[in-house]
Amino acid sequence: MSNKIKAAIIGPGNIGTDLLMKAQRSEVIEPVWMVGVDAESPGLARAAQLGLKTTAEGVEGMLPTMQEDGVQICFDATSAYVHAENSRKVNQQGAVMIDLTPAAIGPFCVPPVNLLDAVTQKAMNVNMVTCGGQATIPLVAAVSRVQEVVYGEIVATVSSKSAGPGTRKNIDEFTRTTAKGIEVCGGAHTGKAIIVINPAEPPLIMRDTVHCLTQEDPDQEAITQSVHDMIQEVQQYVPGYTLKNGPVFDGKRVSIYMEVEGLGDFLPKYAGNLDIMTAAGLRTAEIYAEEMLAGRFLPTAC
Amino acid sequence: MDLQGKKITVHDMCLRDGMHPKRHQITVDEMVTVSKAMDEAGIPMIEVTHGDGLGGSSVNYGFPAASDEEYLTAVCKEMKNAKVSALLLPGIGTVDHLKMAVDCGISTIRIATHCTEADVSEQHLTMARTIDNLDTVGFLMMAHMIEAEELVVQLKMMEDFGANCVYITDSAGYMLPDDVTSRIALARAELKPETELGFHGHHNLAMGIANSVAAVAAGANRIDGSLAGLGAGAGNTPLEVFVAVCDRMGIETGIDTFKAMDIAEDLIVPMMDHMVRVDRDALTLGYAGVYSSFLLFAKRSAEKYNLSTRDILVELGRRRTVGGQEDMIEDLALDMAKAQGTL
Repeated sequence: MSNKIKAAIIGPGNIGTDLLMKAQRSEVIEPVWMVGVDAESPGLARAAQLGLKTTAEGVEGMLPTMQEDGVQICFDATSAYVHAENSRKVNQQGAVMIDLTPAAIGPFCVPPVNLLDAVTQKAMNVNMVTCGGQATIPLVAAVSRVQEVVYGEIVATVSSKSAGPGTRKNIDEFTRTTAKGIEVCGGAHTGKAIIVINPAEPPLIMRDTVHCLTQEDPDQEAITQSVHDMIQEVQQYVPGYTLKNGPVFDGKRVSIYMEVEGLGDFLPKYAGNLDIMTAAGLRTAEIYAEEMLAGRFLPTAC
Repeated sequence: MDLQGKKITVHDMCLRDGMHPKRHQITVDEMVTVSKAMDEAGIPMIEVTHGDGLGGSSVNYGFPAASDEEYLTAVCKEMKNAKVSALLLPGIGTVDHLKMAVDCGISTIRIATHCTEADVSEQHLTMARTIDNLDTVGFLMMAHMIEAEELVVQLKMMEDFGANCVYITDSAGYMLPDDVTSRIALARAELKPETELGFHGHHNLAMGIANSVAAVAAGANRIDGSLAGLGAGAGNTPLEVFVAVCDRMGIETGIDTFKAMDIAEDLIVPMMDHMVRVDRDALTLGYAGVYSSFLLFAKRSAEKYNLSTRDILVELGRRRTVGGQEDMIEDLALDMAKAQGTL
């Protein structure tokens, strides 16, 4: 166990629990703390059963011993509103914060697009954009690495059951943060994000549409190849990331139709939107952990 | 049924829902001309926005001829009595758009969600209620998909967030008068007495007028329509027809019936790119329970991939698609074309 980096998960809800299950399979991450705010939370009880230390006192409950417990990476799976405070506190204790909320105070990280940048910059807080962003920004980037994309737009359709109270209460953060991610990481000059929630039963698997408008006529062959390559990269951590149709070319419009099925660790398989978030968060943590284990990065209090 | 003396507020949709059959290409000048004539005819409320609401400008729904800001600014400053409203669908537009529309001079904001997802409107309704004198409306779309009891739970949620008026919206034009009656009557009984209640119909089964009258009889006091029915699918409840029926029944709308008829005939019909009527495909929307603005998208995909529009629409209904899923249409058409071996 000595060759693993210890981690804490803040937020024992569906996302935090799914992340815990994935992290337990990791070769470089060892989850040791689960932090919640409700003593009755089933997520805390589950984590305790799995041998993690738990607290219902929020981050404050972990702070006194987190250095002693060797926590060097924290995941925040709570909400955008409390994230800044959580991040400040764990950074002070020398732990890197991986932000799964749409707070976006740190640089955006979409693993196949710019994960190495974040690690090279030794950022102490990285933001995972949004679920829709993780599912679509790689494809905007796949087009923009071939040629100029003046406009990138994504439509994420998720099942009602997979849209939690946080997303619903702050749906504007989803649209704003995703749109910004399409520009900053996706490489489109202008980004636009749309989310649709569908209550059909059985729940639909997450669907994503990516529309890009290119500056010049699209190089169809090069874009198609780039899209297929990018999908393979994402499939390394989300095997159910599937091209349904496209790329369709219509003048300067390039449209790609995707479906994202989750692994079904804790969250149901249709909730690919949540799975891609936890998988991307863990992937990011693993790259940080590898850098730490190799002695190339020592996170320090800030 | 005796509705003599009942006062209602009629809300015109030509310059918002009517953007769908116009592929969002109504010009600023057309909006100004039409809205001034409506104001003159005594139409008390006029909606002006991209067909899919504030922020709807997109590849997915269509880029409009002008921005929401340009449309709203131009129309608001010309109104003498009519109030201007804007529509906003959380997930497409944000509170930033809402603030922009308020700055342009709107009096009403309508926050629309799918009928089971009212909680996504919290951010927008709670913000809207803090703006002085802003008429704040919650709008539940595709209301045929759930029963009255379930619908009322969602309406009450919007009421709690701060809506002073809530709407039952038949986006697919699927409802029959009894469906409207049961939903409106239960909502009226369960909502606070001071909360206004509205009905928004589509004419896909030619039930726009009958459904709107049923809504008034069951306790609704706001009714949406559009002159000459300019709206998605077979259009909205044709407003001039509804006003004429109200006149005959003694329902008071405050609208000059003949002037309304003249605007419909002289201004709106000439603006139409195609006759908005109950044709085979619009009828399919109502029959299969499909979101009305899917119509032109399905027609385009049918043409491009050599399919039947009706087949596409029926399949969209079977998959229980909801408003906003326009991106699903080309994807589905590609699947259908592959299945029939033409792609």
